[in-house]
Amino acid sequence: MTALPMIEIKNVDKVFGNFRALDTLNASIGEGEFFSLLGPSGCGKTTLLRMIGGFDEPTSGTILIGGKSMAGIPPNLRPTNMVFQSYAIFPHLNVFENIAYGLKRLRLGREEEESRVSQALAQVELTGLGPRMGNQLSGGQRQRVALARALVMRPKVLLLDEPLSALDKNLREQMQVELRHLQRQIGITFVLVTHDQYEALSMSDRIAVMFSGQIAQIAEPKEIYQNPATRQVADFLGGMNFLTASDVAVNGKGFKAALPGFGAISGHLSGKAISDPAQAIIGIRPERLRIVWEGETADPMISGKVVDRNYFGEVTSLVVAIEGQAEHVSIVETNDFGADDIPVGSDIRITYDPDAFVIMQG
Amino acid sequence: MATASAFSYGKEQHLDPSAPTLPGVRTAREAPVMRFMRSEAGKGWLTISPPLLYAVLLLIGPIIVIVANSFWSQDYLTIDRTFTLENYKAALTEPIYRDLLMRSLFVSVTVAFVTVILAYPVAWFVSFHGGRYKGLWLFIITVPFWSGYLLRILSWKVILGYKGVLNSGLLYLGVITEPLSTLIYNVNAVIITLAHSWAAFAILPLFVSLEKLDRSLLEAAADLGDGPVRRFLRITLPLTMPGIIAALMIVMIPTVGDYVTPKLVGGKDGVMIANAIQVQFGKASNWPLGAALAVSTMVIVSLLAGAIVLMLAGIKRLLK
Ligand SMILES: Nc1ncnc2c1ncn2[C@@H]1O[C@H](COP(=O)(O)OP(=O)(O)O)[C@@H](O)[C@H]1O
Ligand SMILES: [Mg+2]
Repeated sequence: MTALPMIEIKNVDKVFGNFRALDTLNASIGEGEFFSLLGPSGCGKTTLLRMIGGFDEPTSGTILIGGKSMAGIPPNLRPTNMVFQSYAIFPHLNVFENIAYGLKRLRLGREEEESRVSQALAQVELTGLGPRMGNQLSGGQRQRVALARALVMRPKVLLLDEPLSALDKNLREQMQVELRHLQRQIGITFVLVTHDQYEALSMSDRIAVMFSGQIAQIAEPKEIYQNPATRQVADFLGGMNFLTASDVAVNGKGFKAALPGFGAISGHLSGKAISDPAQAIIGIRPERLRIVWEGETADPMISGKVVDRNYFGEVTSLVVAIEGQAEHVSIVETNDFGADDIPVGSDIRITYDPDAFVIMQG
Repeated sequence: MATASAFSYGKEQHLDPSAPTLPGVRTAREAPVMRFMRSEAGKGWLTISPPLLYAVLLLIGPIIVIVANSFWSQDYLTIDRTFTLENYKAALTEPIYRDLLMRSLFVSVTVAFVTVILAYPVAWFVSFHGGRYKGLWLFIITVPFWSGYLLRILSWKVILGYKGVLNSGLLYLGVITEPLSTLIYNVNAVIITLAHSWAAFAILPLFVSLEKLDRSLLEAAADLGDGPVRRFLRITLPLTMPGIIAALMIVMIPTVGDYVTPKLVGGKDGVMIANAIQVQFGKASNWPLGAALAVSTMVIVSLLAGAIVLMLAGIKRLLK
């Protein structure tokens, strides 16, 4: 990120009783950046987001927004607005009044207020829904009202706590695209909390992956996916085959090794340096292993036997026993060529980009 | 149901496509009554019917007796059962009854508002800051109510009396040089005593409505720029209005008819309408007049309660 840091998180700890929920977090989020906090449930994403919004104070460490320390500053005085996980729509107010809630205090005058609210309603495609009561809305509508209510305040930072997790799949995917468009259009910083790796990958400029109160990696989506810093990150971002190699030789950002069943392989380091090559783990994404169909040939090419098959509609996942390799590997193939018709027990041939492997410290 | 299942073949199966395929569970031939009894609502009515019947009989019975009496007249020792409106004329126009009724309404409305205003912070504190000890707090609040109603009123006599705790205390501190005689045997003493007596009944519905308040709404209000006072006025107050209304009604309606408290601490100036009703049913032995007074009070209190509910609903709409 070249932009100025909008949010700086410096050595932030949060302790509840004797439970350390956040452990020495450091991150810098740029102006106009779409930043995601990704991690499994209970890893501390909400806790961090709430501290940025001012609903909780760090036990130690500082959070700066726009260069100013936020210590002791309550939510109503911070340049942030939040879309709550539960949406927190005021049930006794209608949609218009919900969105105008924060504007009332600014005393903008009736016309300015109405035009801002109508603009926000249009932004989230809810025009005409103004008089509907807050407790008569569908999930998707509530989500949009919560978004409009925060955006109408024109915050510098918008905080979103799993805003799409309550929606069904189609609506969720549609809203992902819309949210991303909206963020580009208005250009403010978005901090999104999610436990859905596809959501994080498809929407973010950068992602921080968190596990049990710690940040494991901060990087752009492609980097996180291709070069996961740890086995845990690799696992969380879609499946990865983990294999043990011998004769590992690390050389700068690359490595060479001998992998049973595959022969000589090469690849690149993911993030962290390898301190002990003998303990290193080799990883390859299932979609980087491809089937060699009949009548075709490839180099390198290895053979194996299908031991299990799982159908997912557009793709099929095959579990394959490779000759000379003790671990089963999984392969994901699109169904265009009939991967869904390969019977369990059949012999197949597999090829791969010899440079597609990553190495991580075990 | 085995008999019904014998008919549930053929066309009838098509009449109700939602019917389960198990025969006899529900068929089109079933009588509407049976169908109702089998429905969720029907089962509910069936379950509550014995207590409902009991409650209705005990509630409606006396009301019928009272209303009937109010249209009759006392003919020395017997009741003359010819229809008359004389009792209502007396109840509503005689200055003594009008004054007593106005005073009763004033006392009950004042007691209701005083009680709710004092109870709200208590309920709020327990709900928001009770933490793990909410149950204990509620328990402590109900402790005074383990002693009898009379004992509690009498203890206020001890506190407010001429040689009572309050006067002695003030004398000791030098705030006054001789005991105040204005503490007890007036309307204020009635209001203080009743407000205390009914505190727990107000705290509980207020507590329940505060517990139901979604805390994330308060966080959202803070996020949108509101400080604590605005949050209270714009979120907490309107959303706990049902609890406030319930608490007001729970206190106001029974206090109108209270006659023990005015008798014990109200003195001559604290007499309320129920004391007059009691006299008519007792010493004066004029049931029809007593009944007319009771019915008039009931109707006027209901109207007043309705007006207060409407007013609060209006206030709720203004708080945004
Ligand atoms: N107020 C609190 N008191 C005690 N523990 C808490 C509190 N808030 C969160 N935690 C704990 O901190 C951890 C992180 O919670 P949270 O930030 O909500 O996780 P996430 O949003 O990633 O699912 C959880 O183990 C949770 O139980
Ligand atoms: Mg969370």
